Amino acid sequence: MTTASATAPRDSPSKWPLIDRLGLGMAWAAGIMLCLIAGAIVVYMLVKGLQELNVDLLTSHPQPSLDQSKTGGFLDPMIGTLILTVMGTLIAVPLGVATAIWLAEYGRPAGLARAVESGVEMVAGTPSIVLAIFGLLIFQESLFAAFSFTAEGGAVYGRSFLAASAMMSLIALPLVVGATREALQSIPSHIREASYALGKTKAATIRRVLVPAIRPGIATGATLGMGRIAGDTAIVVILLGATLQLQGIDALEPFGTLRGTGSTLTSYVYVNSPAGEGNAPEKAYAAAFVLLAIVIALNFTVDWLARRGKEGSAWTR
Amino acid sequence: MDSLSVPPPVRRIVVDREPTVVDPPAGGNGYAPPPGSLAPVIRRPEPSAGPKVERMRTHEVSVFYGGLEAVKQVTIPVRMGEVLALIGPSGCGKTTLLRTLNRLVELTPTASRGGVISLDGGDVDALEVTDLRRRVSMVFQQPNPFPMSVFDNVAYALRQQGAKRPGKDELMPYVQDALQRAGLWSEVVDKLDHPALRLSGGQQQRLCIARSLAARPEVLLLDEPCSALDPRSTQIIEDLILTLREEVAVVIVTHNMQQALRIADYVGFMFLGELVEYGPAEQVFGHPREQRTREYVSGAFG
Amino acid sequence: MAGLPAAAGTPRAGAAKLGTWSDHRVERVLGAVACIVLLLVAGMVVFVFVRAWPSFADNGLAWFGSGGNVDQQLIDIFNSPADPDSYVLTLRAWPLLYGTFLTTAGAVFFGLTFALFSAIFIVEFAPERLRKVLEPVVRLLAAVPSVVYGLIGILVIVPWVNGLISQERKESVAYVVQLTGTNISVAVLILTIMITPIMIAIIVDALRAVPRSWTEGAAALGVNRWRVMWTISVRTARPAIVAALVLATARALGEAIMLSMVSGSAGFAPNPIDGITFFFEPTRPLAATIVDNAEGLSVVPLGQTLYAFAAVLLVSSMFLSLGGFLAKQPMRKYGIRP
Repeated sequence: MTTASATAPRDSPSKWPLIDRLGLGMAWAAGIMLCLIAGAIVVYMLVKGLQELNVDLLTSHPQPSLDQSKTGGFLDPMIGTLILTVMGTLIAVPLGVATAIWLAEYGRPAGLARAVESGVEMVAGTPSIVLAIFGLLIFQESLFAAFSFTAEGGAVYGRSFLAASAMMSLIALPLVVGATREALQSIPSHIREASYALGKTKAATIRRVLVPAIRPGIATGATLGMGRIAGDTAIVVILLGATLQLQGIDALEPFGTLRGTGSTLTSYVYVNSPAGEGNAPEKAYAAAFVLLAIVIALNFTVDWLARRGKEGSAWTR
Repeated sequence: MDSLSVPPPVRRIVVDREPTVVDPPAGGNGYAPPPGSLAPVIRRPEPSAGPKVERMRTHEVSVFYGGLEAVKQVTIPVRMGEVLALIGPSGCGKTTLLRTLNRLVELTPTASRGGVISLDGGDVDALEVTDLRRRVSMVFQQPNPFPMSVFDNVAYALRQQGAKRPGKDELMPYVQDALQRAGLWSEVVDKLDHPALRLSGGQQQRLCIARSLAARPEVLLLDEPCSALDPRSTQIIEDLILTLREEVAVVIVTHNMQQALRIADYVGFMFLGELVEYGPAEQVFGHPREQRTREYVSGAFG
Repeated sequence: MAGLPAAAGTPRAGAAKLGTWSDHRVERVLGAVACIVLLLVAGMVVFVFVRAWPSFADNGLAWFGSGGNVDQQLIDIFNSPADPDSYVLTLRAWPLLYGTFLTTAGAVFFGLTFALFSAIFIVEFAPERLRKVLEPVVRLLAAVPSVVYGLIGILVIVPWVNGLISQERKESVAYVVQLTGTNISVAVLILTIMITPIMIAIIVDALRAVPRSWTEGAAALGVNRWRVMWTISVRTARPAIVAALVLATARALGEAIMLSMVSGSAGFAPNPIDGITFFFEPTRPLAATIVDNAEGLSVVPLGQTLYAFAAVLLVSSMFLSLGGFLAKQPMRKYGIRP
């Protein structure tokens, strides 16, 4: 008889008690403010970045000149970001995956496992500036002179790509451990039991069954870590020596570069802003735009990996 | 009587001879029920005393999920003092119809409804939906007590009604009353502050019933309340329903026909969204008018 | 009879096959790696405290107190003579501690309120199309590096705020401190914007994870949408809110670069008694102080002082994690799983 009609009036807020209407108002206010702020940031960075960015900047080396606003690009800082990100992740992933596997699959004695867990959480909560000066503490010891260079007079400089990468790996470590553990926990126990029932040892099960299954999880953790490394400034400012160009030392490549100093996009932005020495805000905007592009690209990769991971690990359900 | 309630002929079988048909033993053989009677083990409830006031009525109600018609123009009354049981195979629309009565279908984004539902004579659409749901309360299939104490669970609906938050002393008599009506008071009287999730399944379901009763609804809707419970809890809740029907109109959806036999006064049989048959329980189970009802009730499909 | 296969789950002792390590060995190796991580962390804590000790020892409890201009004290420490016996270590760190407390507490308070109501808006009240745009944007904002926030802050917000401060106000306090656009208000503002997106993301996930049976059950009792959201969903999401709070506070405490760009380079304790001027006073939280003085790390007493700051930060983040853990315990009782 009657065709489908629109449903009758829903819960209308006009009849609610005052305090509920207040809450609703605050939720709407927060939502609108969020839109405005987020929109402002996105639009502003987009506009400013595209204004200032040009191909020259991406491909030319920074020139050490007094008037930064006129000369040079930021090729070296981009390379610096790349080196740090790759090396930091290369160190963090094996360490993190091994730790996560040990925590999830073995974990004996229980006290040690809890200690390791707390340790990883502690690193996650430590400010990067503290990690940076701790790094300086270590790498300035003559024991670690091989990681950077030694000035005349015997003082170990302590600042180099190697030193910075080592500390950056600590930033990425908790993310890798977390993602790997989550991936391991989401594999149901019947998969492991099936492997044991076929006579495989635990080690073989881990190597042949579990690790391939958690590869998407590891990739997610690694990418998350890369994002954080690319965006960190404190460690770079303290442990990388703050030279505009990559200053390698006299030694076998690639060790020459790695033991040398340089800069990254983050320190470049910092230095070129009014807080640093440079007075080239245009270059700072351009570099910030490139940095944002890299970080956003990494984030999309994480989402894509997570989705692919869900399909790829469907066999474990 | 149709073929299903007539037992096959009794034959005497002797070795080396042809089997011969004999008369079935008089008075039944103790196994099969005498033909034409309901299964005698199920005791039908006494009808409740008091007037049967019509509380709710649906007029040609249809529910659409997107383009799919889940409920087709159903007209059915709901009376106080009676238990109305909606039976039918899975997917026939009985749960959807139940959820329409308190406008819970609106929580599904693609749902839309046609037809009129009246509560005590007034159109349900004219009421505030929160008002309606206080007067028409629902208990779900899986017990869903909130993650709070037993007391807070039962007092929840009462506390969230107004701007001022009533104190514990003020609420205690109502909470006690609701728990007593749900038959749970004696078991939780010393556990009112314990987390509700620590109760057993049957107790949790009775807690949900108490929670629904706390706001003194006029109609109580039950969506397969015992399907997740053991037989003992089921019996307790069925006895409870028979007690409650004096004060509230009860509508219960069940896929268990024996349960409907145990507690229902009126039965509505639904199939593929249509209300195929509606009438007193004895009539729908004993001598159904429609062929499909007969087939369902005798177990030809389910 | 050929060797029977080992029972399921038992290690094959002494597996002779090449390339196959026994369970025992793998466990040892993996455990060793985990221990390396643990030792690294423990080592960090120990080393930082050892290096920091002289600064605390020299000042005693007065280290945390106030007295004198902390910037001047830092300069004196930097200039102390090379002879280890006459290192200058005098420090009264109160202005820095107070500045850290103000910026962190301010940012977390505003941030949590903003994040909670934004999350409620996104989950329950936002129109569908808006929600589809807003959610990815929030997650992206959470990934933006702090130096970019600092850049926008120092190039956009700071000049604007500078213009807001009248000339008389600047002159009225010029004998004590310079009022510029870099001050505590800008610091709190940008820090809030920085820590909010990750809080929103965590709380939104938690609100969505509330079982539908509870929200439906509450709605079926005749409770309006706001009440259902507030009394059921937000209540169930409390452990996640605590987790978001701890995460955000840790980030706020440790933020060095952005704060060194916008909070003003003076170790000054803003005084609420100053009235409106309070909002424009500069300060410099602990982490930012470390960054600003980092070039002088090779000067031993200054290094010890900076490690002392780092030690305070470390202890704070330890207490923070502990506090978060303790706050979640009572919620387990009622079935709210963290």
